Amino acid sequence: MLQRSFLPLLLGGFALVTAAPLLIAAAPAESTMGLIQKIFYFHVPAWMAMFLATVVCGVSSIRYLIARKPSSDHLASAAAELAIVFGLIGLLTGPLWGRKAWGHYWQWDARLTTALVLWLIFVAYTLLRRFGGPGSERLAAGVGLFGMANVPFVYWSVNIWRTVHPKTSVVMTLDPGMRPAFYWSLFGFLAIFGALLAARTRLEALRASIDDAYLAAEDL
Amino acid sequence: MQATPPTAAPAPSAAPPAQDEFVPISQLPADDKLPAAPLLITAYAVVWIVLAVYVWTLWRRFLRAEQDLKSLGSRLPPGR
Repeated sequence: MLQRSFLPLLLGGFALVTAAPLLIAAAPAESTMGLIQKIFYFHVPAWMAMFLATVVCGVSSIRYLIARKPSSDHLASAAAELAIVFGLIGLLTGPLWGRKAWGHYWQWDARLTTALVLWLIFVAYTLLRRFGGPGSERLAAGVGLFGMANVPFVYWSVNIWRTVHPKTSVVMTLDPGMRPAFYWSLFGFLAIFGALLAARTRLEALRASIDDAYLAAEDL
Repeated sequence: MQATPPTAAPAPSAAPPAQDEFVPISQLPADDKLPAAPLLITAYAVVWIVLAVYVWTLWRRFLRAEQDLKSLGSRLPPGR
C-alpha cells in the first residue's frame, strides 16, 4: 500500500526538485520586480493545487450528500487537508514576495484577505472532522461545498476590486521564456498533489475500515 | 475666463520633486536595498519544509493504522 502511494509522490518530487530550479534560473527576470518575481514559479502552482483540492473536496462533498458513499467522504476529507497544505505554501511564499515588491509582508487587500478566508474555511473543515464526533461528515460536507463556492471570488478578486496583487492575466500572457519554468513547476506540484491525494484517501479508507472492524470486534 | 469643457483631458498629475542630491547605493537605508535572493531561497525552502513535514505526518499515520490493524488481528478469534 505504502509503496504504491509514495512512488508517484517521489517521482513528482524528483521532477520538481531536479528540473524546476534550473528552468527558473534560466527564465528571464521580470522588468520591474527582478529576481523576487521568481517566487511566482512556486507560489502560483501552490495556489493552483490548492484550488484543485478545494474543487475535489467540494465535488466529493456534493456526491457524499447525495449518494452517501463513504468513498466520496474519504476523498473530500483528504482533499480538504491538502487544501490546507498547499494553501499554507501559498500563504507563506506570497508575503516573502510582497516584502520585496510592496515593502510589506501583508496587505489586507481583496485577494490576500479572501485567500486567507478560503484557507481558514478548510482549517474549519478539518477541525470539524477531527473534533465534531459522529455525524460531522454531513456538516463537514456542507463546509466543503461552501469552501469550493468561495474559489471564484478569490480568483477574480484581483480583477473586480482594486488590489496590489498582480492580476489573473499574468499567467495567460506569460512571456514564452517564462513558460517552461512555470509549466514544469505546475506539473511538479500537481504530480505531488495527485500522489498525496491518493495516499491520504487510502489512509482515510484504512482508518474507516479499522473503526468498523473495532466495532464488529466489540459485538463479538 | 473660459470654463474647462467637461470633455477635456484631465490635467497631468504633479511631477515628482526635483532631486536635490545624489545618494550612493551603499548609503541607502536597509529597507530600500533589501536583497531578493534570501527571500527567494526562503520561499523555496518553505515549499519543501511544508511538504516534507506533511509527508512525515502522513507516514506516521500510516504506521499507526498498520499497528492498529495488527492489534485488531490479534484480538479477533481465528478464522474471522
